Parts: sequence; structure tokens; C-alpha cells
Amino acid sequence: METFTYYPGCTLRTKAKDLDTYARVSAEALGIALEEPADWQCCGGAYTTAKDEIATKLSAVRTLNAAKELGRPLVTVCSACHNVIKQTNYDISRDEDMAAKVNNYLRLPEAYTGETTVYHYLELLRDVIGFDKLSEKVVNPFKGKKIAAYYGCLLLRPSKALAMDDPENPTIMEDFIRAIGGIPVIYAQRNECCGGYITMEDKAQAQKRSSAVMESAADQGADMVITACPLCLYNLKKNSGSELPVFYFTEMLAEALGLKEASNE
Amino acid sequence: MNKNIKEQVLRSSGVNVLKCMRCGKCSATCPSYDEMEYHPHQFVYMVEKGDIEKLMKSESLYKCLTCFACVDRCPRNVEPAKVVEAVRLAAVRQQGGNRLTPDMIPDMLDDDLPQQAIVTALRKYAK
Ligand code: SF4
Ligand code: SF4
Repeated sequence: METFTYYPGCTLRTKAKDLDTYARVSAEALGIALEEPADWQCCGGAYTTAKDEIATKLSAVRTLNAAKELGRPLVTVCSACHNVIKQTNYDISRDEDMAAKVNNYLRLPEAYTGETTVYHYLELLRDVIGFDKLSEKVVNPFKGKKIAAYYGCLLLRPSKALAMDDPENPTIMEDFIRAIGGIPVIYAQRNECCGGYITMEDKAQAQKRSSAVMESAADQGADMVITACPLCLYNLKKNSGSELPVFYFTEMLAEALGLKEASNE
Repeated sequence: MNKNIKEQVLRSSGVNVLKCMRCGKCSATCPSYDEMEYHPHQFVYMVEKGDIEKLMKSESLYKCLTCFACVDRCPRNVEPAKVVEAVRLAAVRQQGGNRLTPDMIPDMLDDDLPQQAIVTALRKYAK
């Protein structure tokens, strides 16, 4: 069993417990132990791109540095945490001025300058475990199910920092869907924004964005939509007006591996 | 005053606005285009001209979803979202500039709203 440092983030402890629980049981069944660092803090939900913002970057750096000290790569599941942590890691390894200010603040035993490797859970499946190995372990394949992968914005962009997949023609979630026995559905809105946090103050805009996504998936014949993001799930379910079911990809994974019932006991 | 704000926005965003060739691709791909009074390419142009106070007063600042579509799709690597962010920060950092305060949050909640939405909105709308 190989061990990785695991950062769940605030939402996976509260409204998105399913995203977390199914990620953990599935990883274990696939031979990966996920271990949280001591006292992690919320990543802040959004990366502040401004160069004169230092305090808002500290929490992500603390998590990255904890993984470095443990000598292991860092795994995230939530699209937003993944985005914040990867952008922070990218900038701190290139922007010397930012790195100096952050390190001045944190006073770590050794300065942190981007040493940790960060994997989104989907990358863990693709690059460490392998989709072919995963498909061998599937006991309940989603035979004949047409599944629409929803990337949204945070999983892929900005692509030079996230370096996960081609931002316009991604394949990682479609390959995942094939590995669990389903049929991937390609649709135009799969990498456009669901409205995100705008739901807090402009419901109409969130409704407009999320219904455009769901209509686009439905038009291509999807039976269901999958996501890695709690806020996407919320917008697509609550603001879109669509009846199409939306699931976390980790729930689909646990079900395909035959772990879903056991983990609910 | 104007010159100071321009310098501050340029420094904070790290963007070279002179690289923009005004093709409008950023605005064409922006999911908030209809909701914005000033569009991403106008942010870039108006910052170049030093015409920033209009932007600081505009609702457009709060319509950006930080989806990074304009960043990835700009053929000149200008990264317009970083300009929008720098102007928004200049606005919310002003005395009384917070768009959202913690006492406003309870009325916005429902049973399913993820924490992620709240922390993100606070990070975007308040200082
Ligand atoms: S896409 Fe880039 S080059 Fe074109 S108008 Fe926008 S910022 Fe300027
Ligand atoms: S980051 Fe903001 S300005 Fe850029 S495309 Fe997205 S919503 Fe529009």
C-alpha cells in the first residue's frame, strides 16, 4: 500500500461528505492510503491572482509544505481546492518576490518554493493507478449508461498552472467513465462555468449558466452528469431546473468497485 | 491619483496591458458577457488608458466568475481576469468597500449550499 498526503478541504467535511467518503474507500481498495496532514486549514475556495495578496495564499502553502515535510505527493479531490493549491504551487515556484514574502511570513525551517507534486484524485487514477488497472477491479460496470463529464472551469484552468489535461479537449473524465464501464457523452458546455459563487448574490445568473450546462448535456442524450466539485453539484442540481441526475465521480467509482453499500453501513 | 491607481493595478495584476491586440476573444468567451457593463477586453483597454475609476464603480467587478476562460483563450496571453481581480481588490480595499459582510451571510444560506460558496464569495467580495 502506497501512502499519499490527502487534503479534503472544508466542504468535504460538511456538505460534501460523500465526495470524501467514497474517495477514501475507493483509494484503499485500489491500494492507496490517504493520510491527512495535522491541522490543515480551509484553502479559501478561490485563488487570489493578485501579486500583492500574501495572507490569502498562506493556507495553501502550509498544506503544500506539510506534504513536502512528509515526503509525499499531495492529493486533492474538490475542484476548488485543487485549483487553489496548484495555482499557489505554480506561482511560488516562479515568482521569487511572492515566494520571499510568503516564506518571510511563515518562517519555516526550510523555505517552501514549490517542491510538492500535486495530484487531483482523477490524476491519481490515471497516472498512478492507471485506468486499465482500475477497469480490472470494476465489479458493477455502468453498462449502457450515457454519462456526461462536467469539468467546469476549476479542474482545467488556467491550464499552464493546473497541467491536468487539454483545457479545450479534455479526456481524463471520459477515460474514467470508460474505465467504470459507461459511455462518455461529449457536449459543448462541459468546460464552461456553472455560475460558481455568483449564486450567493445573483441567482438569475447562476440559473442561466447552470441550465445552459444541463441542457447541453441533455441534448447529447446523457443519462446523468458527474462532477468533482461541490459548488458545481449545487448549481447543477438546485439552480438549473433540470431533472437530469448529478453525482460526484467518487460515488460512481465506489459503486463500480462494489464498495458503496459497505461504506454506508 | 489616477496615475497611482493605474500603477497599483498594473503591479497587483502583473499584467502587461500593452500586449493586448483588442481582438475581443476574451469578451466573446466570457460567460458573464450579458451581465457586464464593461467586458474583459474593456477592462484591459481602460486600465491602459488610466480610466479606472469608472471600472471601480461598476457592477461588472462582481459579475466575473473567475472561470479563467479569458485567461486560457486569449491569443496574446494577456490574462484579463487578473486585471479584473486587481481592480476589484482596489475597490473592496477602500474604506467601506466590502461588497459582502459576514452578517449578510445567514440570509443567503439554504440547506444544500456548500461552505465553498461562502468562503469564495467572502474572498471575492470582501477584504
Ligand atoms: S483576448 Fe487577449 S488580446 Fe484579445 S482583446 Fe482580450 S486581452 Fe486583448
Ligand atoms: S474569468 Fe471573469 S472575465 Fe474572464 S471569462 Fe471568466 S467570468 Fe469573464
